[in-house]
Amino acid sequence: MIPAAFEYYRPKDLAGVLSILEEHGDDARVMAGGHSLIPMMKLRMAEVPHLIDLQDVDGLHGIDISNGQIRLGAMVTQAEIIDHEGLAAVAPILREAALQIADPQVRYMGTIGGNVANGDPGNDMPGLMQCVNATFHLIGPEGERSVPARAFYEAAYMTAREDEEVLTAVTLPVPDGGYAYEKQKRKIGDYATAAAAVQIVKEDGVCKAASIAMTNLSDTPVFSEDACAALLGTALDDAAVKAAVTAMLGDIDPSEDNRGPVAFKKHVAGVILRRAIERAWSRA
Amino acid sequence: MSKKMHIKLNVNGKDEEFLAEPRELLIYTLRERLNITGPHIGCETSHCGACTVTINGKSVKSCTMFAAQADGAEITTIEGIGTPDALHPLQEAFKEHHGLQCGYCTPGMITRATKLLEENPNPTEEEIRFGMAGNICRCTGYQNIVKSIQAAAAEMNAAKEAAE
Ligand SMILES: Cc1cc2nc3c(=O)[nH]c(=O)nc-3n(C[C@H](O)[C@H](O)[C@H](O)COP(=O)(O)OP(=O)(O)OC[C@H]3O[C@@H](n4cnc5c(N)ncnc54)[C@H](O)[C@@H]3O)c2cc1C
Ligand code: FES
Ligand code: FES
Repeated sequence: MIPAAFEYYRPKDLAGVLSILEEHGDDARVMAGGHSLIPMMKLRMAEVPHLIDLQDVDGLHGIDISNGQIRLGAMVTQAEIIDHEGLAAVAPILREAALQIADPQVRYMGTIGGNVANGDPGNDMPGLMQCVNATFHLIGPEGERSVPARAFYEAAYMTAREDEEVLTAVTLPVPDGGYAYEKQKRKIGDYATAAAAVQIVKEDGVCKAASIAMTNLSDTPVFSEDACAALLGTALDDAAVKAAVTAMLGDIDPSEDNRGPVAFKKHVAGVILRRAIERAWSRA
Repeated sequence: MSKKMHIKLNVNGKDEEFLAEPRELLIYTLRERLNITGPHIGCETSHCGACTVTINGKSVKSCTMFAAQADGAEITTIEGIGTPDALHPLQEAFKEHHGLQCGYCTPGMITRATKLLEENPNPTEEEIRFGMAGNICRCTGYQNIVKSIQAAAAEMNAAKEAAE
């Protein structure tokens, strides 16, 4: 379990990172917490001749909340998300989800940037970020640009990020209404068999806005517009929730693996989404 | 082979300097280079927690960190927690409450538990189970590990009160 040899770099600024990426192209890769990348390097499923450690890079750390906007630096860890009281007060869904990722040791190291940039369908943050309508900020040789989380994922491990681009931050509007992150896993620390991120706004007993995204049920996270639409304008009676679940099932495309056959995954997805909707509604 | 790096660590209060390939995993640095064999290798795949050490105040699985990443860091292993003559309250409690059987997971368990109790000096059973979820034990069924951590917490809190 020893990775292939590589050159190690620990630049202090983004200019340093970008110049190494430019010089070595495909042969260079950034590392954040390393808790997805190092296991892949040990299995020799990822080959990284030039490894750029982001830990000392200026400007990638920190959580800022102002004017209804939240900014999470790419190197913010899951543990920092959990511990930040201000963040939990305005966006409690982030803490609820982070607490369901991996285990304490992994959460001290795993970062938001690594989790959303990785492109593994099993990662929990991508679906969560689609639910809260986050934006990912990238910097590359051509300058800076931003991509909505809902347009970022193309296929497993394929994202809108170019190889020579670095993700610097994730921003999101302070979410509105009730929330829930529900995750079914085989054991604590496991990736999801199915997970649902839900935000619902209630006004006079009626659903005014809904946002629903599912994890590990396709080769990308699934933001289900039809499931959201099924809840809008209803009082979230049983028929509305059923319609939302049916709409969601039409949008996912799970495949059979060691977490179960397709029919089982669809069943679990339905149960999890129903729970998440009911809990979000009860908090709305 | 890539070129070797000059790496500096502070392990259990002692400065260490050496040349190593960047791909060297920290668990091997500790065990084979520095002969600090308390942290164990259970799975080598980031799952079991037997290799847990404290790095700059965080519990980390040292099989999932390169020594190069730890360059400049302060590291505590089980060797830095109590001595045979003056056991740490957690070590004493594990001994007293049968918190171990074969002992393979124990260095990682206790190292992780020191950090857990630092963050939460009075954990409930549920908080202990959740906070120790990154450490697997094949022997005890966890019941006595939970009891040991509860007993150590009580002991440490009593000692703190007595000191005040
Ligand atoms: C035992 C275990 C259980 C886990 N369980 C879960 C789980 O339940 N849910 C879950 O979501 N995750 C889980 N993970 C993954 C963990 O949360 C990872 O740490 C996380 O997905 C990746 O974050 P990282 O900072 O470690 O990224 P790295 O491993 O450092 O990087 C991952 C990928 O993203 C790229 N990358 C990283 N940062 C950037 C950046 N700023 N810009 C561009 N590219 C970047 C890297 O090049 C690499 O390709 C688990 C991991 C382990 C070891
Ligand atoms: S040996 Fe590191 S987690 Fe098992
Ligand atoms: S005591 Fe044997 S593995 Fe825990």
